[in-house]
Amino acid sequence: MNALLDRVGGVYALPVILAILAFAAIGSTSTWVTLTAAGLAMGMMIFLMASGLSLIFGLMDVLNFGHSAFVSFGAFIAASVLAALGAWLAADSVLLNIAALMAAIAAATAFGALAGWGFERVIVKPVYKDHLRQILITMGALIVAEQLLLAIWGGTPIAVARPAFLTGSIIIGDVAIEAYRIFALLLGLVVYVGMYLALNRTRIGLLIRAGVENREMVESLGFRIDRLFIGVFMAGSALAAMGGAMWAGYQSLITPALGQELMIIVFIVVIIGGLGSIQGSLLGAILVGLMTNYVAFLFPKLALASNMLLMMAVLLWRPYGLKPAVKG
Amino acid sequence: MSGAILRLDDVHTDIGQYHILHGISLNVPEGGVHVLLGRNGAGKTTTLRTVMGLWRARKGAIVFRHHDITAMPTPDIARLGIAYVPENMGIFGGLTVEENMRLASTTGRFDDERLGRIFALFPAIEKFWTSQASGLSGGQKQMLAIARAIVERRELILIDEPTKGLAPAIIRAMIGAFREIATETTILLVEQNFLFARSLGRGVAVIDDGRIVHHGDMAALASDEALQTRLLSLSLAEHQ
Repeated sequence: MNALLDRVGGVYALPVILAILAFAAIGSTSTWVTLTAAGLAMGMMIFLMASGLSLIFGLMDVLNFGHSAFVSFGAFIAASVLAALGAWLAADSVLLNIAALMAAIAAATAFGALAGWGFERVIVKPVYKDHLRQILITMGALIVAEQLLLAIWGGTPIAVARPAFLTGSIIIGDVAIEAYRIFALLLGLVVYVGMYLALNRTRIGLLIRAGVENREMVESLGFRIDRLFIGVFMAGSALAAMGGAMWAGYQSLITPALGQELMIIVFIVVIIGGLGSIQGSLLGAILVGLMTNYVAFLFPKLALASNMLLMMAVLLWRPYGLKPAVKG
Repeated sequence: MSGAILRLDDVHTDIGQYHILHGISLNVPEGGVHVLLGRNGAGKTTTLRTVMGLWRARKGAIVFRHHDITAMPTPDIARLGIAYVPENMGIFGGLTVEENMRLASTTGRFDDERLGRIFALFPAIEKFWTSQASGLSGGQKQMLAIARAIVERRELILIDEPTKGLAPAIIRAMIGAFREIATETTILLVEQNFLFARSLGRGVAVIDDGRIVHHGDMAALASDEALQTRLLSLSLAEHQ
């Protein structure tokens, strides 16, 4: 099976194979296109949330169960900014629409980076190299963060306004694709390409890739991994908040439980993809996004279980995930 | 002979609950290859890792030139000019040979003349320059690990069992390379292969059960079979 898969592009062919199987099962081209677009858009938003978590674990062996707090805060901050800029959102000018959306995403991302810095210094730094304490303290921080969400925004669901130019669908023939999904897909791609270039074309990227493999050796070559790690933690938290902001617009109604609900999917993605690997996170996120949408249409009762089953199948086949980072 | 480049003074190191180094005192003179011999589990690797700051000495002092490095973070120790080639070679398998070498350069750039000399010492490095390092053979990985340590001039290179698992032909090639490297750098070599150590070493120290039990000239140890038998026992004979 491995040899056959390698001939068609290796594990990267899996989303394509899944899409072809789904096409055969669904039977209708327009439904399939709509579901595939929805799956890819969801996958890209999950990728934003998962990639940071994966790198944080890969570089420093830190298990951050509080990662979802950044997703939640990102979503709620974006919702508040969008609500405050309601006039811009409803305006006929696409430029004003985009400005409002960008302001919301930028506010969430900036908060993620700053809060990530504080979180790393205060919560994570004292428990490097101690997994049990990491789990306990980051879970504790998550509970505090969720209570803060309730205290600031209350427990009732909040409606998130969408910019006028992203409401509605783009119709090509008999296929309808929500404009917001195309936007999510494009933004996710831009972030992925940016991360890919940063990791593969810069010296800091080289240090991060080397650090994921063998932290001790990078230190023996004269580089401070702990300083590098703060940067990665901030970037990872900022991306999680950006993913949360995008998710808020996608769901259009958000509750404080959003982070926790997404976190299960994010962990599944990181485990399927292989810890410490950006390509793995993207692959895992797209597989999970597609699987969720196809199964929700074909077998609605299995929707919740489908991702767990996917994870179990991947782990039985490849215990370290589909594209794990090489560990030294 | 010039003064000591590295001095360990009554160094005690624990790993978890185990007391591994029981007061190591060692002077490494400047220049040439100095060998730390000893059987498995004697504390050779722990000594190198303690010098590098990867494990912390509980007691005692480690002085490199005039710097007390006992409690210094590993990256700062490296920046003083100490390179470390661990027993597992520490190659970044997911990176290319070039990227492995580039990481070891503090500026991220190469000195062409120096790189030319490295290629002459280890032709495989040039041949596989753009290949992923995980695809290299064991000998080639060891060459890359050593090439990485000399990409810039270092004051001291700590090398942990470079001949382990290598074919005799590769070991012979490595002796020549080490001789050339030792003309500009001091090397502290941990070895179990006595023939290899004997052909290179100027000074030798023998470690047993976390203590230095002998130190002196390699030539004296090499010519005294009774002393070899007493110090190195059967464990080294197996490796010859």
